[in-house]
Amino acid sequence: MREFFDMGGYAAFVWPAYLVTLTVVVLNMVWARRALARSRAEARRRLDRRGEQP
Amino acid sequence: MKWTWLHRLASPPYVYALAARLTPWFAWPAALLIAAGLWGGLVLAPADYQQGDGFRIIYVHAPSGWLSLMVYTIMGVAAAVGLIWRIKVAHAVAASCAPIGASFTFAALVTGALWGEPMWGTYWEWDPRLTSELILLFLYLGYMGLRAGIDDTQRADRASALLAVVGVVNVPIIHYSVTWWNSLHQAPSVMRLGRPTMPPTMLLPLLLMLLGFTLYFVALLLMRLRSEVLARERSASWIREAVSA
Repeated sequence: MREFFDMGGYAAFVWPAYLVTLTVVVLNMVWARRALARSRAEARRRLDRRGEQP
Repeated sequence: MKWTWLHRLASPPYVYALAARLTPWFAWPAALLIAAGLWGGLVLAPADYQQGDGFRIIYVHAPSGWLSLMVYTIMGVAAAVGLIWRIKVAHAVAASCAPIGASFTFAALVTGALWGEPMWGTYWEWDPRLTSELILLFLYLGYMGLRAGIDDTQRADRASALLAVVGVVNVPIIHYSVTWWNSLHQAPSVMRLGRPTMPPTMLLPLLLMLLGFTLYFVALLLMRLRSEVLARERSASWIREAVSA
């Protein structure tokens, strides 16, 4: 296990690289969900402003 | 041959509903592929005979770099389609691509720097590959900045599309930079003519990661596309359905 985390002496480069990439991967999902929620809220406001006529 | 399916793809309500339905079909396979790729890359693949375990950075660096180029190409093509045929959905696709592409370009640059230090002895060099990839990040950021600076969505679509299309010239420059110029960066080892230069135990995890990242991008694109389509739709009554659902 120790050996695995040591990455043959390259731990200081390998793990930050994985951390940065996984952070980008996760943040993309968070941002995409947030953008969708924002657009839906915005669209709902537009509908309310116009009353209920189609 | 019927072309109705193509026309439907230009219809916002159809695209909104289709994107919602398709998202999990890309997101879950992507999660599985990335999990398998990480296991294969970090645990199963043997250490490199020259770079030891340091080479394992490839499993996050290459997929990020691949996405940075693929996403820009899709963005450029979508922007061109939007400009030429004035299709709102195409502009929405282009606008959805930018933040995803920018973030993975950032990841490619950072992981590349972390790989460069132990192998080349430097985090950064003004090398053709590194410099052209940095320009790619600026193109994405410029595109997003331009959009953010224009309130009217239609005008923002057209102005930013022009930038996206012009910037496409950078994509082949990045890809071929390692063969055209004497670059520190290694030549392609997977996407090359002939056989890849890696043994299967190293190559397979990389292919899983490349495919996983690609499917993940599609899932993200579909989610962002829904918000961009909603933002462009003013009068349609289908918004009510979309929002209440």
